Amino acid sequence: MYESLGIFRHIWEVLSKLDLVLLISLIILLTLGGITLHSASGENAAMMQRHFIHLAIATVAMVISAQLPSHILTQWSVWAYSGGIILLVLVLFQGSMGGGAQRWLEFGAFRFQPSEIMKLAVPMMVASYFSNKTLPPKFLHILVAAVLVLIPMLLIARQPDLGTALLVGSAGFFVIYFAGIAWKWLIAMFISLAAAAPLLFYFGMEAYQRQRVLTLLDPGSDKLGSGYQIIQSTIAIGSGGVYGKGWLNGDQSRLDFLPERHTDFIFAIFGEEFGLLGNLILLSIYIFIIWRGLYLATCGIDTFSRLLGGSLSLTFFVYLLVNTGMVSGILPVVGVPLPLISYGGTSMVTLMAAFGLLMGLKKRKIGYGNA
Amino acid sequence: MSETRILKDEKEEYHLFRSRAVVAGLAVLFLLSVIGVRLFYLQISNHENLTQLAQENYQKRIPIPPVRGQIYDRNGIVLADNKIEYVLEVVRNIAKDMDENIALLQQLIPISQKEVSKFKQQLRVNSRFQPVILRSALTEEEIAIFSVNRYRFPGFAVNIRTERVYPLGSVASHVIGYVGRIDTRDLERLGKNEYKGSTHVGKTGIERFYEERLHGKAGFKKVEMDAHSEPQRTLAEESPISGEDLFLSLDLELQIKAEQLLEGKRGAIVAMDPRNGEILAMASVPMFDSNLFVNGISYKNYNALRDDMDRPLFNRALQGAYPPGSTIKPMAALAGLDAGVVTNKRSVKGRGFFQIPGTRRHYRCWKKTGHGHISLNRAIYQSCDVYFYDLAYRMGIDRYSKAMRKFGFGSKTGIDLPHERSGLMPTPEWKLKRHKTNWYPGDTVNVGIGQGYWTASPLQLAHATATVAMRGRRMMPHVLKAVRVSRNLPEKPVRPIALPSVSVKDRQWDAVVQGMVNVVHGPMGTARGSGAGAKYRFAGKTGTAQVFGIAQNKTYNAAKLAKRLHDHSLFVAFAPLEKPKIALSVIVENGGGGSAVAAPIARQLLDSYLLPKPKVEPETIQVDGDDKLKKEKQASDNSTLSDGNA
Repeated sequence: MYESLGIFRHIWEVLSKLDLVLLISLIILLTLGGITLHSASGENAAMMQRHFIHLAIATVAMVISAQLPSHILTQWSVWAYSGGIILLVLVLFQGSMGGGAQRWLEFGAFRFQPSEIMKLAVPMMVASYFSNKTLPPKFLHILVAAVLVLIPMLLIARQPDLGTALLVGSAGFFVIYFAGIAWKWLIAMFISLAAAAPLLFYFGMEAYQRQRVLTLLDPGSDKLGSGYQIIQSTIAIGSGGVYGKGWLNGDQSRLDFLPERHTDFIFAIFGEEFGLLGNLILLSIYIFIIWRGLYLATCGIDTFSRLLGGSLSLTFFVYLLVNTGMVSGILPVVGVPLPLISYGGTSMVTLMAAFGLLMGLKKRKIGYGNA
Repeated sequence: MSETRILKDEKEEYHLFRSRAVVAGLAVLFLLSVIGVRLFYLQISNHENLTQLAQENYQKRIPIPPVRGQIYDRNGIVLADNKIEYVLEVVRNIAKDMDENIALLQQLIPISQKEVSKFKQQLRVNSRFQPVILRSALTEEEIAIFSVNRYRFPGFAVNIRTERVYPLGSVASHVIGYVGRIDTRDLERLGKNEYKGSTHVGKTGIERFYEERLHGKAGFKKVEMDAHSEPQRTLAEESPISGEDLFLSLDLELQIKAEQLLEGKRGAIVAMDPRNGEILAMASVPMFDSNLFVNGISYKNYNALRDDMDRPLFNRALQGAYPPGSTIKPMAALAGLDAGVVTNKRSVKGRGFFQIPGTRRHYRCWKKTGHGHISLNRAIYQSCDVYFYDLAYRMGIDRYSKAMRKFGFGSKTGIDLPHERSGLMPTPEWKLKRHKTNWYPGDTVNVGIGQGYWTASPLQLAHATATVAMRGRRMMPHVLKAVRVSRNLPEKPVRPIALPSVSVKDRQWDAVVQGMVNVVHGPMGTARGSGAGAKYRFAGKTGTAQVFGIAQNKTYNAAKLAKRLHDHSLFVAFAPLEKPKIALSVIVENGGGGSAVAAPIARQLLDSYLLPKPKVEPETIQVDGDDKLKKEKQASDNSTLSDGNA
């Protein structure tokens, strides 16, 4: 009796680290995602089964990360970061080919992308770097932080995986932003980035990446080639209208006109089946989650927690912005999934782990938390 | 030390973070509202446009071609039929690894290397969405074998195709015409929607003239296609309406007979029912096999037909422009009588030539010694040129030409066949325009005997003869006799169209027709050999059209002239005399005198049409006809009387 009570007590201790509000919003989002994926997969039971397995693993990852206190995370940051860098270099040399780019490492039957680790490791590293510095930071500290961000970013961009590089880079950047980089430097940074954009376009990008940017400017120029996805996804969204065609009634998806419709382009299916109304509800849920993330970050127990929490929340936003922007045809096509809705285990686990970290970082004022 | 610094900065850092978080939150709201605006633009402003694009994406309208109507003769014998066959078709857009798949398929059903190379050639020509035939004439067993393995061959499918066949080959090929593959020129004149599923279209003859009736109305099937162009389900369907079956007025037996009589020659025969204008036979020889054109004639075959000196593709009956020669003398006589230029009683002195008063040029009669004093009746049955030189001269070209136009010369008859030629009934205005010279009295004299600038088609000649047979009542010639909209419905006859009649007094008709009767039945008639022994009475007129100009004071010597410069041999007739049922014209190019060649042919046709037929198989009739033909030929060769005009 006592022992069983003790087990409950342990479980309660573990669960109490979670944030109930964020948890409920995540459950709503994941439910919507499951419904959409059911339709986007063409009612593929096997795919749905795998999706639920991913979800289960991701939930466990979230619960575990929520238990990690900030001082331990600060210590782990360096190891996670340096380990990640080593793996990235390894991938560049002997990674197996996947989707036309070297992104994967194989351990027996298990394949994984080291770049995915960096989505968490980079902001942790930068946040821990700033955790014992005076804030707002000095110029030198910012420079060091920038190098810490740029090294993995460039390694990932070399694979090439522009989407992940973008996410890793912005995760690191957001830490610097929250650390309090002076606005004038921030503005100067944006201006120099804008000035470097043409150079980046002509010398930094692969041919197919350039093509994607050009396609965005004029999708009609290559209807069956690179413009096809954008055209088909805008057709899908637009034909959804205000109320949508209804669940499982999206013609574009049902008839296979939309490539990558269960992964990166799932937002088009959602828009087609649930219309503008559904889209606005979905965006509201995302906004609420981002708000809640930023709120939890503000409640962070120390500088490290705040910086990491803020960065993770805004990175989640970058996922959303880049994905919806590309699917609705206003941003170039880069491989960024719609967070927590697109099919795919790796990003699901990373994202849920990030939310776990966010939940675990907050200050506990009253006993076992206010969950 | 570091610890104290952290403690010292804690509050300030917290505030710094909070203000940064607020700015970030606002940025999030702003950027997501950009997405919101974009979604508003797509889903509300551009909704209709994009919905239409979505439908174009997956809704495909597949046309279903109608079954082409059949063509029959007046007795219901099939002239143009549809052969149904199963073909294996491939759509390049869907099919993958073409060579590999064909090799695999060859293990299942026999496909010859020749068929494969023809298929590949067609693939290059057709669009990648167009089905191209790989194998035709599939057996039921082959269809079964393929159907079982269909899933292995995406883009390959068995389809039904109907192919036009002309069971009688070249018989009446000029009238029936043929269908051929639709080309870009056809597409310009045809309704694009109606022909989306059709592959063939009428190119000449009845097939072309009644294309709309024969083709029918295309149906369609609106299907939902997935991105791989695999049909998912049918959204809407409308069945095609088959083309109408056409019953022609042609009498196949008479048609074949006519063609046989012209075999080995060049010429044309038009036989029509004068009472209603129905064309009973329209032969133009040499002929061609319509079947050659259905699936695209080979260059070799086409060049052979095109470059043939005898021009087999040319429909002489409809498009030939021949000087009508003496065959128009009955109409000329009627015109003269009506104008009061000649009378039934008055005679003209025939000296063997005619001179325009005040000139010296001789217009010779075919009979050099002259006919002496000659009446209208004799002028017709002996075909006296001088009489008609005089008639035309005194009538004047304007009145003469106007009177002949009433018989249809110089204008199209309006027959329901494409590419009819009007021939030429000359007038001074025409000559001034065409040749930039004045009309001379000598031109009138030549026109008086159906020569000079005057040209007419065999159809016009038959038509004018029918008008004489009906004493001025004219019917528009036509080939379509009845139409059957559906197999279950009775045939609907086509109403004959009456044309403005030629009004001449009855006794004048009597006089002229009597002259024509005497041509075949009179003891001195130019074609009395052909009239001999007839079991019915008929009326006719010989004609010889000059091809080669003969200098003054020279005689025409057939033996010395090249065959192609020989005169054309013509004959017109109608029968039976009392109640005419058939009027015809016969022309044999370079055949020589009208009485020698054309008239015996006409007699045989009249016999064949009017006399009760022995109950025998068609083959024996043909053999019979050949024998008869030979006998008649000998008979006509023996007859020394020839008619010619110069």
